[in-house]
Amino acid sequence: MERDRLLDVVQRLTHLQRLEAESIFIMREVVAECEKPVMLYSIGKDSSVMLHLAMKAFYPAKPPFPVLHVDTTWKFREMIAFREETTARLGLDLIVHVNSDGVRQGINPFSHGSSIYTNVMKTEGLRQALDRHGFDAALGGARRDEEKSRAKERIFSFRSRHHRWDPKNQRPEPWKLYNTRKSKGENIRVFPLSNWTEFDIWQYIYLEKIPVVPLYFAKERPVVRRDGMLIMVDDDRLPLEPGERPEMRKVRFRTLGCYPLTGAIESDADTLPAILDEMARARNSERQGRMIDRDGMGSMERKKLEGYF
Amino acid sequence: MSGDAPGLDAYLRAQEKKDLLRLITCGSVDDGKSTLIGRLLYEGKMLLDDQLDSLKAESARVGTQAGDLDFALLVDGLSAEREQGITIDIAYRFFATDKRKFIVADTPGHEQYTRNMATAASTADLAIILADAHRSSELLTQTRRHSYICSMLGIRHIVLAVNKMDLVQYDHAVFEAYVAKYMAFARELGLTQVECIPISALRGDNVVAPSSQMSWYRGPALLPYLETVDFGRESSTRPLRMPVQWVNRPNADFRGFAGTIASGTVKTSDRIKVLPSGQEATISRIVTQDGDLETAVDAQAVTLVLDREIDVSRGDVICAAGSPVSIADQFAVRVLWMAPEELLPGRTYLMKAGTVTTQATVTALKHKISINTLEHNAAKTLQLNEIGLCNISLGKPIAFEPYAESRDLGSFILIDRITNQTIGMGLIDFALRRASNIHWQNLEISRSARAAQKNQKAAVIWFTGLSGSGKSTIASALEKRLYSLGRHTYVLDGDNVRHGLNRDLGFTDADRIENIRRVAEVARLMVDAGLLVIVSFISPFRNEREAARNLMGEGEFLEVFVDAPLDVCEARDPKGLYKKARRQQLMNFTGIGSPYEAPENPDAHLDTARLSVEAAVDKLLSLLEAKGLTSA
Repeated sequence: MERDRLLDVVQRLTHLQRLEAESIFIMREVVAECEKPVMLYSIGKDSSVMLHLAMKAFYPAKPPFPVLHVDTTWKFREMIAFREETTARLGLDLIVHVNSDGVRQGINPFSHGSSIYTNVMKTEGLRQALDRHGFDAALGGARRDEEKSRAKERIFSFRSRHHRWDPKNQRPEPWKLYNTRKSKGENIRVFPLSNWTEFDIWQYIYLEKIPVVPLYFAKERPVVRRDGMLIMVDDDRLPLEPGERPEMRKVRFRTLGCYPLTGAIESDADTLPAILDEMARARNSERQGRMIDRDGMGSMERKKLEGYF
Repeated sequence: MSGDAPGLDAYLRAQEKKDLLRLITCGSVDDGKSTLIGRLLYEGKMLLDDQLDSLKAESARVGTQAGDLDFALLVDGLSAEREQGITIDIAYRFFATDKRKFIVADTPGHEQYTRNMATAASTADLAIILADAHRSSELLTQTRRHSYICSMLGIRHIVLAVNKMDLVQYDHAVFEAYVAKYMAFARELGLTQVECIPISALRGDNVVAPSSQMSWYRGPALLPYLETVDFGRESSTRPLRMPVQWVNRPNADFRGFAGTIASGTVKTSDRIKVLPSGQEATISRIVTQDGDLETAVDAQAVTLVLDREIDVSRGDVICAAGSPVSIADQFAVRVLWMAPEELLPGRTYLMKAGTVTTQATVTALKHKISINTLEHNAAKTLQLNEIGLCNISLGKPIAFEPYAESRDLGSFILIDRITNQTIGMGLIDFALRRASNIHWQNLEISRSARAAQKNQKAAVIWFTGLSGSGKSTIASALEKRLYSLGRHTYVLDGDNVRHGLNRDLGFTDADRIENIRRVAEVARLMVDAGLLVIVSFISPFRNEREAARNLMGEGEFLEVFVDAPLDVCEARDPKGLYKKARRQQLMNFTGIGSPYEAPENPDAHLDTARLSVEAAVDKLLSLLEAKGLTSA
């Protein structure tokens, strides 16, 4: 009898509801077990989803951690505006960290190359910020479907005192029993979106009406073509090469990073349904637009070893 | 714009209705696991152009398929894996067909990485076990090991994919002979739902479509089978269990219990019971940011509000009042050992089960399981990747269910307290009833009352150091000084205790652990009695000293490192033991045949090569004074 009655009310959670619940569980586990967590906020679509999930996980409380943006000073202007608007709207405690050593040395993606630039402004910047504030756990929006070395990472990814990842010796992580124990100075990177795909992210943004940076939507924008990529001329710091002239094209971004390193795609998708429709037909992966992934085989793994999230 | 909103909505709804199958590929090295996943992605047109381009380029540069696409490169994402051509850790790949979404975890075949395979298996609904038709005269050890782990972890659906059929000319007899051998083993393991499919991952036979090379095979190809197998779990129909993960208290007006429902459903006005405390209450609200719910189901992450104030904290389990879970502190468990250092019965580890973390000690290792024969063999320890049946005793009772009934409430990991590594994973088979028969006597005179009567605070001063470092001498001098100050003291000395209480123990690691465990328990009773206890034991292992510290209350344990270099101790050699050890007449002697782990942050560090006995005692007295232990 009891069983029959129960069967009537049983609802099955949808795939996205399960992913949502899994991410919320992971974030709550971090807050329950770690001393000083922080959420890495990169302003992109994955960060927007992660933030949305954090608001849900701790409701009616605010997320009990600050959000940290490691600003390379080369982000799209619209990203910075969106960051300010979002953190104000949600009432979050925002920490912006700039690697001032790097700024003083004038490190930029043009004269130093994307590899050195990323290492100094992003990886070193992140390590500085984590050390300065003594954060012992950092939530990041990376997904396993993004890239091959990400596909190998644990949800709770342990880092040494020097922020190094040891991919050959990761802690076993059975069931959802996450081991958050660590010694002083060591820390854990936590990836609550590990099991989401790019499609899941967009579908969730659509269903949950999550605001994202307007750069994801197609619009006429000034771009130059470089190394097979369309680079947007976001401000006058982009040195134009001889013969290069910005032209207006209808483009959008599948992934957002530093504007000189992020390629746009030509697209007419100016609404969420159109983006989803475009994705369903896509023949290229989102990382295609990331110049930093092209620094040779295993480049993401190398950056991660050095402490990139 | 190109999107057609009504059409898209239908498409999205269809996407949402798809369920997600989590599967693993396992089997021995070179059975073709990574190749199979690559083939599935490729044939299923799930590789995007830039991924295919970089696969082509990498195949030409470092591939092992003579210029053809090397699918293993798609999943072996670490540089070390590509260099060595092996899989070290799990890779997760995501794909979807018109019927279903999949997360496939490619697991390592090498025995040394079994713990990674088990990590992936613990969350899988289905396992593809690959076997090599070309090497099919017997079941390989890893095929047995992985099948055993799948069955132990409760994976109900197994696909036996007999791979490399092209190398045996697609011979039906080879397939049948292997299947017969495997099924005999599977029956012993209790695996009932096994689908056997002959394939060639390299050539694509029976991977996404039936192969024309094997017309004798009437069953489904692999992908169509994965798309249709019924793998539902029925945890909604079980009674409510929700481990409390976090107490949400944003202000004085709100107190909610956040957690993910492990099984069952919950509705407002349901009567619930909180375990282990046993207190009851009624659900007044089910809170989410999207609005309060009337009902929540298993796997949902919610925040429950109760109708009255009862004491609930992380680690408690909220249950249907009519059918609560049991509580116990001693269990029969199965453990897969995952550390290079062996499991030591008697040593205290940390156990994380659900949302509880507590101390755990293996009290008896009953046997380990031979993967090849499934025989149970007597064992004193477990080595890396061995599976054993043990009794385990916890620091406090927990709410639980056997693993066979609940993955969430019956699984645990073991953590080393010093290195913080995850060193074992295990499942609860059943509770040992012994715990419930011995109740704590609540005595009316408390420990603080006993100490107060003596006008003092009770504590343990724990001396550790090599033989000959000066522990006994300093302990004795310290006791004299404390006695003259009117303190009530006692010295527990290693040699003396080994003459009586511990005379049955030798000097193996396991016996040393038991030696320390007993003396720590005795010291605790003496602290209970209100004494200042000086323990003077070599106590070589950090882990057991830490366990002793955890037995005492806050501020009741001071670790004193009596430190002298080995050559100084050896020169002193007050009992002539170093000479015997050097002549091999004494085995397992600390510092020579057995390790000494120096304290990392002792409360006092006495360098006895420099300090006189009086100076050492003075130093300790000022420490005790600072801690308020010398005065009333």
